[in-house]
Amino acid sequence: MKKASFGPTAISPLANLILTVVLGLIAFVIIMPVILVIVVSFSGEQSVLRYGFSFFPKQWSLEAYKFLFALRYQLFNAYWITIQVTLLGTVLSLMTMSFYAYAISRKDFKYRNFFTFFVVITIMFNGGLVPWYLVSTQLLHLQDRLWGLIFPYLMDAWWVLILRTNFRTSVPEELIEAAKIDGAGEFRLFFSVVAPLARAALATIGLLCTLRFWNDWWLGLLLINDPRKTPLQLLLYRVYNAIQFLLQSPGNLPKEDVLSNLPANTVRMAMCVVVIAPILVVFPFFQRYFVKGLTIGAIKS
Amino acid sequence: MGQKRGFWHEFKKNKALFLMLLPGFIVLLLNNYLPMFGVIIAFKNFKFVGDTFIESLLKSEWVGFKNFKFLFNTADAYAITRNTLLYNLAFIVIGLVVAVGLAVALSEMRFPRLARIYQGAMFLPYFLSWVVASYLVYAFLGFDTGFINKTILARLGLPPVSWYNDPRPWPFILVFMHLWKWAGYNCVVYLAAILSIDPEYYEAAIIDGASKWQQITNITIPQLVPLMTVLTLLNIGRIFYADFGLFFHIPRNTGILYPVTNVIDTYVYNTLLYMGDIGMSSAAGLYQAVVGFTLVIITNTVIRKTNRDYALF
Repeated sequence: MKKASFGPTAISPLANLILTVVLGLIAFVIIMPVILVIVVSFSGEQSVLRYGFSFFPKQWSLEAYKFLFALRYQLFNAYWITIQVTLLGTVLSLMTMSFYAYAISRKDFKYRNFFTFFVVITIMFNGGLVPWYLVSTQLLHLQDRLWGLIFPYLMDAWWVLILRTNFRTSVPEELIEAAKIDGAGEFRLFFSVVAPLARAALATIGLLCTLRFWNDWWLGLLLINDPRKTPLQLLLYRVYNAIQFLLQSPGNLPKEDVLSNLPANTVRMAMCVVVIAPILVVFPFFQRYFVKGLTIGAIKS
Repeated sequence: MGQKRGFWHEFKKNKALFLMLLPGFIVLLLNNYLPMFGVIIAFKNFKFVGDTFIESLLKSEWVGFKNFKFLFNTADAYAITRNTLLYNLAFIVIGLVVAVGLAVALSEMRFPRLARIYQGAMFLPYFLSWVVASYLVYAFLGFDTGFINKTILARLGLPPVSWYNDPRPWPFILVFMHLWKWAGYNCVVYLAAILSIDPEYYEAAIIDGASKWQQITNITIPQLVPLMTVLTLLNIGRIFYADFGLFFHIPRNTGILYPVTNVIDTYVYNTLLYMGDIGMSSAAGLYQAVVGFTLVIITNTVIRKTNRDYALF
């Protein structure tokens, strides 16, 4: 959008008006569901039951969040699990991938083609879900372990290849030669020469890793049964079903239980808001880094 | 022998590099390569007959292609193949048109700051998981309280629709949701490509008296064609793999909707984890892997011929 905004190259004011309105509508439709969920979470359950989910509720209320407070231990626990997995996962996967990418980026490394091919094959062929599931649960015993939520995501073939290409293009070969003549070891070379020069790519892949770990429900769905090990997204998935189960069979609820007059609809939405809140808060700041990073990933520089 | 000595020599010379490769190598070996050997499960009647997994695997009886015969005798095999292919085809075609259209439109807007805000809004779904998206969809499609039934249809005087029990609208909902999640992301990719087009082309076109529309069709779009080709070919290479989250979470894994929502990935998952049928699910998984492999090889060959830089090998 750095193009001259006005002048002979620009579109006519009428076309501009039409574009502005139409694109604005599209952008609004895309974020509208998020707004609706936030509004509903602050609505009164009674008004929701009568008038449905609405952008302009007849009655505002915090009751959903009060009920959510009763679930605070599960919630905090899920948050804690997700934070640990995200931090540990991001650091470990970024290190694993960038080390690997660095080694195969070195043109003077004789076995680089073999190790590159070793990664590329995993893009072309995989054993499918069943063998992976059996190996992970029966052989590697990743079930109900935090490690299980991290390990399978340590290597991503595409990201390794992006890093490799980026190391090659952003670090001049002479620089590596010179550092080697000075007697620098590979690790020092990586940390003091390559990493600083390729920090944009490393930051992008790091952000992608963070987002992937934070938003992951897939590994939890397959590997986690223990409620104490449930990450945030999996909790969100299970809460929906748990509430459905309670609603469909009222006999499941003890009469005196706090949950017996559960505001099911608004609680669900409040739960969703609690899960997306951190993303909505950091999104405006990180968005532009992602935009920059995407350019690195999609269009090889 | 010479080869072997060569390896040890290289190894000693580059110990540090090998050390750096080691963690990633182990991860790939355990997470990707071990399961590849596990594909023999599809040719066995796998049972937990031994003390360990390996023992069970070896002791389980070979059944040849029996699992595949069972799979292809079910109506599911055709349905999941059709759904996977048709949905992905729709995603590729519609997704490409919408993303390029949005990118061109955003790049032409005369309010750059507003355009950036629009772009940000369109990019938001990329940051939200399919589980979150399933809540957003529920807010609209829920029967008793959903926005569509209670507000839109009620205002129009139409009866409510039981969205989660009626397969008919689901192809549209799924295509819409795929667009919702990915249009903004792909739009950003194309926008970056548009911004990197040399302005001289446009200047020359203006001197020649080309209208804005002619500039778009004769400069912008042709300049995007290489990127469009590569991204589309990459997508075609993955046409046999469905987006599990979309097809699992958005319809809430509802049985009634399976005829239009079941794809190979959800079928494998449900058959393995709900029905516990290891034979059938591993056969479906291997079927997907083999066809998927063939497609990747074919598309990669095509990519190599059109744009060597983007080829995988």
